[in-house]
Amino acid sequence: MGNMGNKTEINAKGKKETEALLKVEDLSLSFIQYASGLRQTELKVICNLSIEAYRGEILAVVGSSGSGKSLLAHAILGILPSNAKLDVKMEYNGKKLTQEIKEEIRGKEIALIPQATTYLDPLMRISNQVIGCVEEKNEGLMKKVQREVFQRYDLKPDVDRMFPHELSGGMTRRVLVSTAVMSSAKLIIADEPTPGLDEKTLNETLSYFKDMANKGCAVILITHDIEAALKISDKIAIFYAGTVLEVANVEDFKNNGENLRHPYTRALWNALPQNNFQAIKGHQPMQDEVIDGCIFYERCSKKNELCSKGIPQFKSINGGVVRCNNVS
Amino acid sequence: MLDNEKIAGFIGKKILRLISLLVIVCFVSFMLIQYSPIDPVRAYIGEMPVSAEHKAKLEEYWGVNTPPQEKFLNWAGDALKGNFGISLIYRIPVTDVIKERFTASLALMAASWLFSGILGFILGIVAGMKKGTWIDKAIKTYCYVLAATPTFWLALILLMVFSVYLGWFPIGLSVPIGVTAENVTFLDWFLRLILPALTLSLLGVAQIALFTREKLIEVLSSDYVLFAKARGEKGLDLVLRHGIRNVALPAITLQFLGFSELFGGTVLVEQVFSYPGIGQAAVAAGLRSDVPLLLGIVIVSACFVFFGNAIADLIYQFVDPRIKQQEASI
Ligand SMILES: Nc1ncnc2c1ncn2[C@@H]1O[C@H](COP(=O)(O)OP(=O)(O)OP(=O)(O)O)[C@@H](O)[C@H]1O
Ligand code: SF4
Ligand SMILES: [Mg+2]
Repeated sequence: MGNMGNKTEINAKGKKETEALLKVEDLSLSFIQYASGLRQTELKVICNLSIEAYRGEILAVVGSSGSGKSLLAHAILGILPSNAKLDVKMEYNGKKLTQEIKEEIRGKEIALIPQATTYLDPLMRISNQVIGCVEEKNEGLMKKVQREVFQRYDLKPDVDRMFPHELSGGMTRRVLVSTAVMSSAKLIIADEPTPGLDEKTLNETLSYFKDMANKGCAVILITHDIEAALKISDKIAIFYAGTVLEVANVEDFKNNGENLRHPYTRALWNALPQNNFQAIKGHQPMQDEVIDGCIFYERCSKKNELCSKGIPQFKSINGGVVRCNNVS
Repeated sequence: MLDNEKIAGFIGKKILRLISLLVIVCFVSFMLIQYSPIDPVRAYIGEMPVSAEHKAKLEEYWGVNTPPQEKFLNWAGDALKGNFGISLIYRIPVTDVIKERFTASLALMAASWLFSGILGFILGIVAGMKKGTWIDKAIKTYCYVLAATPTFWLALILLMVFSVYLGWFPIGLSVPIGVTAENVTFLDWFLRLILPALTLSLLGVAQIALFTREKLIEVLSSDYVLFAKARGEKGLDLVLRHGIRNVALPAITLQFLGFSELFGGTVLVEQVFSYPGIGQAAVAAGLRSDVPLLLGIVIVSACFVFFGNAIADLIYQFVDPRIKQQEASI
């Protein structure tokens, strides 16, 4: 395991360090649904979403429940359900990321840390799942690696032979994290890894991701818990109603949050318990609502005429990007 | 260790259940027969001319004039000692008839149970894996058609095609009872077994295949298969690793729960093919008022179905690790 880490470190220090490992540009995702009879409807879940993940960095994607975060992860891995329609330009390591390449590299270059216990086979012993499908001759070696990783995450030998339902919440998290560590993936996508954890386990779990980033991996941390995200991330993408409104640096949240660019992000900052603890009025638009202008229009206090006409373009400001007409 | 204790408890409970079931089944069957217009003496003497004196003797022997409760207790007392009486139509002890007939049926049922189970499972897996393709549609159509086919009808068709028209197999012609083992060669017996077993299998396939297909589709759309895919597993490997593992247990359980249908099917199929099994004996006993034999068969068939259900329960409670865990935590 040790040398695996070194290898990624060397890669990370390679020539492309400043270039994004993963670029997602204008991702739109919709579902074809059959309404009454044969009438087809299209349900837009994500539109015009762009993010970039860099080596050695943690990018948090923060959004509320049901906003399409898991689907974003699944889109990157190419494991969307069959009725999903995806439209996107993706690049991985400078190369176009097609479905074939996704199938080729997932599990090897890109690892997913899934959201829940239901992502473990209920009838397979933990060690077998974590090792995964390997050739027989490598099995002994992988078994040893798995034991070492488990040791590191304080998973006792008897966990190896357990079934998923026998694990506690914290153990499940560590097992799921182990699956990613076992692979030598360079891009780690962690979907909602923190709910249901107590303070101590939560901090521990977050530290695993910090470790991975320190080893040179690019980490995408998907969560609805902005506080957890602020603890460890380098950049934070604010996910709202299926799109990213702002990508801010974690420092922007410090002080009075005056460096935050988007009205929604500011509102989020205001809602934090250590700040004013003021919730934002209103709710996210529904997926079937058709909105021509800025998606935040209804709830925005700074809106002007222009905002309801056309989606605001992305602007780079202060080392971050934002989708709002009203910033300079 | 704990498991052994639990299994012992499980078996104990099942045995108690079986005993109470048998008591009820015997009593109800006995009473039903008692109040039906069956006359055991008539059944015994058949068309033979007998003197009134002889008839009175027989009536006393069969206890026509004893009250039913007493008769039941007499019969039950004898049954407890292992004496189920003499079969009226075969004129040998009921236990002997059942032993021989049930063995023959067991071979038939076991063959079709295994064959339909394995074939159905494979078809179900293939259909589920290839969901929506022509191969899936073909398998599904086959299953729906079969599920709607009456057993005796399929049996007749097979009999007509393979025995009458092609002449590959004997046309029934049961061996008279008493002329067995020595006089019937293995080949004879085997040839006689094929068509009935095939009929039962073809019909049994439908249920298990459709069930396996549904279950596999459900498993393949589960989160854990999604995660396996995300980790680079794919194709047949994926289905073998996660699909079969999660589908096998419920499918086997279902197959054990199917013992009652299997028995019902056997009765019909044996009738059409004149296969000398327990089903045929049951029909004969019913039609010709052979009360002791009928009661014996009722007991055996109840045990048989109960046994299937008990195994299904056993698998459900002791093989699936999830259930095992829940039990322990209660
Ligand atoms: N197969 C599908 N067909 C139609 N709609 C779907 C399908 N899968 C997901 N959706 C819709 O997409 C939306 C986003 O789902 P997703 O699981 O990505 O949300 P999420 O942000 O991960 O939420 P959570 O925080 O609860 O995990 C959901 O509201 C759901 O209704
Ligand atoms: S674009 Fe207009 S409506 Fe949208 S967030 Fe900016 S100011 Fe508000
Ligand atoms: Mg989710």
